[in-house]
Formats: sequence, C-alpha cells, structure tokens
Amino acid sequence: MWLAIVVSGAGTYAMRASFLAAAHRLAHVPPGVARLLRQIPPAALAALVVPALVRPEGQLHLLQPRLFAGVVAALVAWRTRNVGVTLVVGMVMLVALEAVWG
Amino acid sequence: MWSLSEARAGAVAVAPMLIGVVPFGLVAGAAPVAGGLGGWAALGLSTIVFAGASQLAAAEVLASGGSALAAVLVAWTINLRMVLYSASLGPYLRHERLPRRLGAAYLLTDQAYALSIARWAGGGNPEARLSFYLGGAVVLWVAWQAATIAGVLLGGAVPEDVPLDFAVPLVFLVLLVPLVTTRPAVAAAVIGGAGAVAAAELGAGPLSIVVGAALGIAAGAVVDALGERAGRRPGRTGP
Repeated sequence: MWLAIVVSGAGTYAMRASFLAAAHRLAHVPPGVARLLRQIPPAALAALVVPALVRPEGQLHLLQPRLFAGVVAALVAWRTRNVGVTLVVGMVMLVALEAVWG
Repeated sequence: MWSLSEARAGAVAVAPMLIGVVPFGLVAGAAPVAGGLGGWAALGLSTIVFAGASQLAAAEVLASGGSALAAVLVAWTINLRMVLYSASLGPYLRHERLPRRLGAAYLLTDQAYALSIARWAGGGNPEARLSFYLGGAVVLWVAWQAATIAGVLLGGAVPEDVPLDFAVPLVFLVLLVPLVTTRPAVAAAVIGGAGAVAAAELGAGPLSIVVGAALGIAAGAVVDALGERAGRRPGRTGP
C-alpha cells in the first residue's frame, strides 16, 4: 500500500514539475508553442466545469438542477466577476431547484 | 523578491475555494479509513500525492483489493492534467530559480493553477507572481491537511443535504467566464467542455478531463491560427 502511495505521489510530482523545471530553458517560447499554451486555461477549466454540470451522477443528464444552477451562476459570474456572489447565487439556486425538483 | 501583499492577495483569492475544498478533504480523510486502509494511509495520500480526485480513486482501488500498480496507474491518469498546468505556468515563472520552481510544483493544484493564471495573464509585476501563487497554494495545502485529519478523526461528517461539492465547479466557472472573450478561447472552452463530456460518455473515465482539454487546446489553436492568417491580431478578435 505504501509503495502505491509513494509511487503515485512521485509520478504526480514529476508531472507537476515537468515544465516548471524546464522553464529556464524556454528563453523564447516559439510562437506555435505559445499559441498552444494560450489555449490551456479555457480548455482545461471547461473540461473541469462542464462534466460537473451535465453529468453529475456519472452519465449525461441535462434536465437536472446542476445544469440550470450552473447556467445562472455563469451569467452572474459574467456580470459581476465576483467569486462570492457567484458562489452564493449558484448554491442557493441549486438548493432551491433541488427542493422544487423533488 | 517576496511580496507580502501579493501573498495575502493569493490567500484572499483562494478563501472562497475552501468552501468546496474542505468537504472534499474530509472525504479524502474519511474514505481510506472506511475502506480499511487506516488513517495514516489517508494522511500519506494527502501529503505525498496531494490531489483529491486521484487520492480517492487510488484509495478505492487499494481498499477493494486492487494491485498497487492499478492504484498508481489510476492516480497518474487522473493527474495527467498537471502536465498542462505546468506547461502553462512555466513561462510565467522562468525567471525564478530552480529550487523555487520545484517547490512551487509540489503545491500545484487545479485551484492554484486557475487562480494564478487568471491573475498573471492580467499583467502585473513578474517578480511578485510566485508570492501570489504561494499565498494561495500554501493556504490550500494547510486547509487540505487539516480537513484530511478531521476526516480521519470524525469520519465523513459532511452534511448530506447541503451540496457543498457544487462549490468546486462554481469557482472554476468564475475563473473561466472572463477568459472566453476571444474566438480561440471560445473554441477551446466549447470543445474542451464537450470533449471531456464525450470522452467520459465513451468510457474514458479518469482520462476524460485531459482528453477534453487536449481537444480544446487543439481547437483553440486552429481558430487562433486561422484568425491570424485572415489578418486579425491574435487574441483580439471579437465574435
């Protein structure tokens, strides 16, 4: 068991360190690479967020509270850019919708 | 050069994320105990692996009698996205000395990445970047370890009827929304999200996040290149 934990951690650390360790060699990032790097934030964040909204129970399911609460929260995030307000509205929406949905 | 005010800004920025992280950490502490692996295994996972979803998956494999190799492979697969984060943050920290970058790497999480890239892409003093990162990442690390210990001692004492886990995607949503203002970013986000869902539906399991992200990166790069060829400035095109 400890072998599994340590090896899991070592591999995860290697992935985290990979490009951070090599960063000093990137004196000038080639334009093609920079183009790819620019896409990482929206692509990775969407890949984290969207499945949480549309497959909350592990399968695609659109007509359920999390997607609706998420859409409302996205509108609030767009208008306010405020984490606290978005969290409160999103959570309240979800609790309310879950109560209504039954 | 350390900046206390930037470190504080990082800590403040990470604070709302703890609403989602702490209940997750309680589960990360409670699950290995419930699975018969014991409290030390939970603490070992939280300090050595320090990546929630992979900790739960590895603990589940081990608790259900799976091999060490299977546990390692599932944990690595879930954490593959860390390579993307490392590549994305690397250029922003290339002026920092190697030991500092290696220290920062240990603390790299979805949250630390998302906060930092949002902050750094907006400009500011490059010398203050690492302070902001560490301010957020260290608070997150301490909260994660504390929540793990609480989970070991208390069991999964998370209130069932309050869906606190929803706070995790909500926080990433707040960071995502301001990014999708250019055509390449819209393509990256739409294909990244849809790709992750499609990959999960097709049975990619723990690989689905990184598969979706890779598809989104490719889509965004293509749209970016096409826009540039059409004579528009990259990253400045409107819908």
